[in-house]
Amino acid sequence: MISPDSDIHVRVRGLRFSFGSRVIYDGVDLDIARGKITAILGPSGTGKTTLLRLIGGQWRPKSGTIEVDGVNVNKLSRNQLFELRKRMSLLFQSGALLTDLTVFENVAFPLREHTDLPEAMIRDLVLMNLEAVGLRGARDLYPEQISGGMSRRVAMARAIALEPALIMFDEPFTGQDPISMGVLIRLVSSLNKAQGLTSIIVSHDVKEVLSISDYAYVISGGKVLDHGTPEAIRASRSEYAQQFLHGRPDGPVPFHYKSAKSYSDDLLEPAK
Amino acid sequence: MSRNRSVLGDFLRGLGGATFFLITILRALPGALLRPRLILQQLYYVGVMSLIIIVISGTFVGWILALQGFRTLTTFGATSALGVFVAATVIREMAPVVTALLFAGRAGSALAAEIGLMKATDQLSGMEMMAVDPIKRVIAPRFIAVLISLPLLTAIFAVMAIGWAGGHLIGVDLLGVDQGTYWGQIHAQIKLHDVIESIIKSACFGVVIGWISVYQGYFAAPTSEGVSRATTSTVVMSSLTVVGLDFVLTAFMFR
Repeated sequence: MISPDSDIHVRVRGLRFSFGSRVIYDGVDLDIARGKITAILGPSGTGKTTLLRLIGGQWRPKSGTIEVDGVNVNKLSRNQLFELRKRMSLLFQSGALLTDLTVFENVAFPLREHTDLPEAMIRDLVLMNLEAVGLRGARDLYPEQISGGMSRRVAMARAIALEPALIMFDEPFTGQDPISMGVLIRLVSSLNKAQGLTSIIVSHDVKEVLSISDYAYVISGGKVLDHGTPEAIRASRSEYAQQFLHGRPDGPVPFHYKSAKSYSDDLLEPAK
Repeated sequence: MSRNRSVLGDFLRGLGGATFFLITILRALPGALLRPRLILQQLYYVGVMSLIIIVISGTFVGWILALQGFRTLTTFGATSALGVFVAATVIREMAPVVTALLFAGRAGSALAAEIGLMKATDQLSGMEMMAVDPIKRVIAPRFIAVLISLPLLTAIFAVMAIGWAGGHLIGVDLLGVDQGTYWGQIHAQIKLHDVIESIIKSACFGVVIGWISVYQGYFAAPTSEGVSRATTSTVVMSSLTVVGLDFVLTAFMFR
């Protein structure tokens, strides 16, 4: 954990969560420092997206507490939760753009819903945010006319529209070409520095994410396997962390999803 | 026995959940009414886009009733009652029921599919995370649009079936019933309570179809199969509820 005296934005304690009988989290403690970039790394299927939804109060943990700004997210009423969410953004992996609105209207959506800004100011803000993600020229297109990578960039422009204090990125770099990825990495980093934004980045792109994060957690099998500064993670002696960082197929994290039978038994078994 | 009990249990649980959902929507209605633009947009998709099917069906139903009515009334030498025969059948039964059935197939299914797909593509979750309540922003305006559209479409259906292009065309222009008798009989025999009965029915059907379609969409499994199932269930459940409810309402208002 980060030293107790530093300013904690999100505090997770003893988090347990499961989908039916499948355990996703089995006692996880996390501290997300205010104004810093924290990376959550881990193989697919470890429930990284679930963690973001739990922090956003969309799902409830089986046990444990999640505090944002010192407030237990799961004790809030629906209205209080919505007030809290005005200060946080979750960038969905799919982008979650509203398909009946243009790119421009999607970015304008939170501004129109939560502010009384004049149209001219909304226009300027939207164009500035779209310029930051390189899609000002795509403002009149509909979500079905742009690629998945572009959708995520629009979603990023929308996520920063209300200038939240906390922003959670779910796989923001997936599907981006190297140029866009470089720009987005710089954007996340500069947002953090310029606006003092707390950022949580869930990602597989270990090298890129570690290059801009201040702190990182490695999660697998429902537990935190390792945590520390990027340097500490890179130098970690934990076999789990090393396997994940270097993408080795063999190691403590199994590549194969758990199966009741061995591969050969499964193949030799007569078809029913 | 235990299987029956679990089916009954599932049904009651589902009904309880749907009722709770309806209460949530009703609580969101005042807020939604303050944003007429969203409602107008939905009125276009739900109401205006259903116009053609209602106009065409109304006209055909008027033609059919005039032909059938003329055949039967000729036996009794009572063809002068053709106007009131067509009008009473249309106003009391055909207009509210047929419009509701067509509306469930045209607009109810579209609503369920749209909302279900919005859920499957994280649009509803995304809204929630932007502190925008999807019940207020997405569900309530659509529900209101259904409540407003269905009675209006029912009235249009009735006008088409009884009027110049419908029953009148066949009865008066083709089969030679006197025009004055056609309208005079309608005027004399159709009372205000017939029209009120029709409005009450279509309003009730509006609540039922709106409720079923948004519920099915909102709680659809976020997969292609889930959306397809929600669409089918909307049409099947709406149709059965409409005919069942029609019987109950007719029995209550019988005099």
